[in-house]
Amino acid sequence: MAAVAIDTPKPASPTWRNFREALRRHPTAIAGCVVLLLMILAAVLAPWLATVDPQAVAPVKRLKPPGEEWWFGTDMMGRDVYSRVVYGTRVSLTIGISVALLTTVFGMAIGLVTGFIRWLDAIVMRVMDGLMSIPPVLLAIALMALTRASMQNVIIAITLAETPRVVRLVRSLVLMLRDEPYVQAAVAAGSTMPRILWRHILPNIAAPLLVQATFVCASAMITEAILSFIGAGTPPNIPSWGNIMAEGRSMFGLANYLIFFPGICLSLAVLAVNLMGDGLRDALDPRLARRM
Amino acid sequence: MFAYVARRLGATIVVMAVVAFVVFLLLYLTPGDPAAILAGDAATSQDIANIREALGLNAPFHVRFGEWVWRLLHGDLGISIFTKLPVTQLIGQRVGPTLSLTLCTLFISVLVAVPLGVLAAARAGRWIDRAVMGFSVAGFSVPVFVLAYMLIYVFSIELEWLPVQGYQPMSAGLWEWASHLILPSIALGTVYIALIARMTRAAMLDVLAQDYVRTAQAKGLAPRAVLLGHALKNAAVPIATVIGIGVALLIGGAIVTETVFALPGIGRLTVDAILRRDYPVIQGVVLMFSAAYVLINLAVDLSYMFFDPRIRY
Repeated sequence: MAAVAIDTPKPASPTWRNFREALRRHPTAIAGCVVLLLMILAAVLAPWLATVDPQAVAPVKRLKPPGEEWWFGTDMMGRDVYSRVVYGTRVSLTIGISVALLTTVFGMAIGLVTGFIRWLDAIVMRVMDGLMSIPPVLLAIALMALTRASMQNVIIAITLAETPRVVRLVRSLVLMLRDEPYVQAAVAAGSTMPRILWRHILPNIAAPLLVQATFVCASAMITEAILSFIGAGTPPNIPSWGNIMAEGRSMFGLANYLIFFPGICLSLAVLAVNLMGDGLRDALDPRLARRM
Repeated sequence: MFAYVARRLGATIVVMAVVAFVVFLLLYLTPGDPAAILAGDAATSQDIANIREALGLNAPFHVRFGEWVWRLLHGDLGISIFTKLPVTQLIGQRVGPTLSLTLCTLFISVLVAVPLGVLAAARAGRWIDRAVMGFSVAGFSVPVFVLAYMLIYVFSIELEWLPVQGYQPMSAGLWEWASHLILPSIALGTVYIALIARMTRAAMLDVLAQDYVRTAQAKGLAPRAVLLGHALKNAAVPIATVIGIGVALLIGGAIVTETVFALPGIGRLTVDAILRRDYPVIQGVVLMFSAAYVLINLAVDLSYMFFDPRIRY
């Protein structure tokens, strides 16, 4: 007979305890959070981090290799790459977080409505299937070709390209939840639709949606860099990581640090967000965690 | 079985219609007057009006859409603004390198990722599983062009094993062709390998927990036979699905990879078209890539019947 511990102290909140325990089991998720926090700090404190004006041109100092005076070297216009990379953190994080927020809001709104209104469902989902058949990077490129380069337009283009996937997730969750006994009971008891959505549906889709948002954030940061890298992203006067790398493209044999420093920062940022997302998924949805 | 095929075909046609509509909308919303762009700088307003009339740009939206679809069905994607050549011809000239790159990548990726995923699932929780999962997270995080430059730096510039850039057709010799594709395929394939390995592992873990797997093990079948004959065969459907869906990643990545390695493919054509704002080319490329993606996923859907005979409703 296995000994059963009867008198274990009951924790205040099992959910919160599971959450903390899962985090403890995933040190990589904590590492991701720490890196991300440091990057957010760098983005906020960019002007005070021993940086010079990221746009200051100094032809005399062009293409200096990394060293004492220029930590990450200088580019072909004599601009300080370290300062540009630090300021680039702002662009990447702003775009990643904005796209994650916007796709979550739009995806949730469209997904909730289509999940509950059956005649709309068929139409909206065919449109989403169509949009999802255009590879997201390609759709973002096509949209950027229509407008002039600006950070706002980059955010809109990537949001449009990423939203269908979130809609699909929300809809499938709603379809599943709609048939749950407690939702049926609420409907039978005459709860209003907004109340059912708010009390029963939202709390149950929040966790997967949050996890999805972290992956959208990571994917948006990569897409922004790709767009900027091929010249269809943020305008050249904004020092984004993609732009710095685009400018370093023709100089790779001469000054590979122009690619490597922003490239490593971008990879680190995306890795941090992905690790955080993996940790969150494990913590919030133990069923999924065992599988993935 | 025919009902299943017919249904999948029907759904594919609907999806392609939506894609065509979205792409037409992109063309329709294009800023600037295409007639004025085509006419050039020296044109009078009468010239522009004539071109507008000739192109049917004065017609209402639905008429223009109808005519555009009609031409599309006859293989006419319009004329490039910059080169004045038919878009289909431009795409046709560039299809070789892109096809070589994507097929090579697909081949290498599946060949590497599926065994990795199976191995990770078979040794779940051990170091090899952790290594595969760690590689998978890293593969998702390093953008394709950063990886591409790292590979160029190590294998082309430092070790001088492989060419830095460029493309050679297969007619120039098999090694010439392959040596120009090795680094691009590795760079492009890494994220794809990460995706497939992860899904393979997850699908295998699901199947390995099934009763029939335990039965197979209990009756004394060799572990390898259980793993490949029972588990992998039943895990094939989700693996095939993710291989199909992941092609979207390949297409997006191919555009960047071709830029870094100077491969004269469709991705390169896309980037040039963006820099010149050559809208008909951009639309044509989007349409062609999307069609390829949809057809690949149709093929994947139809392959389910082979993997799982139950799917014949």
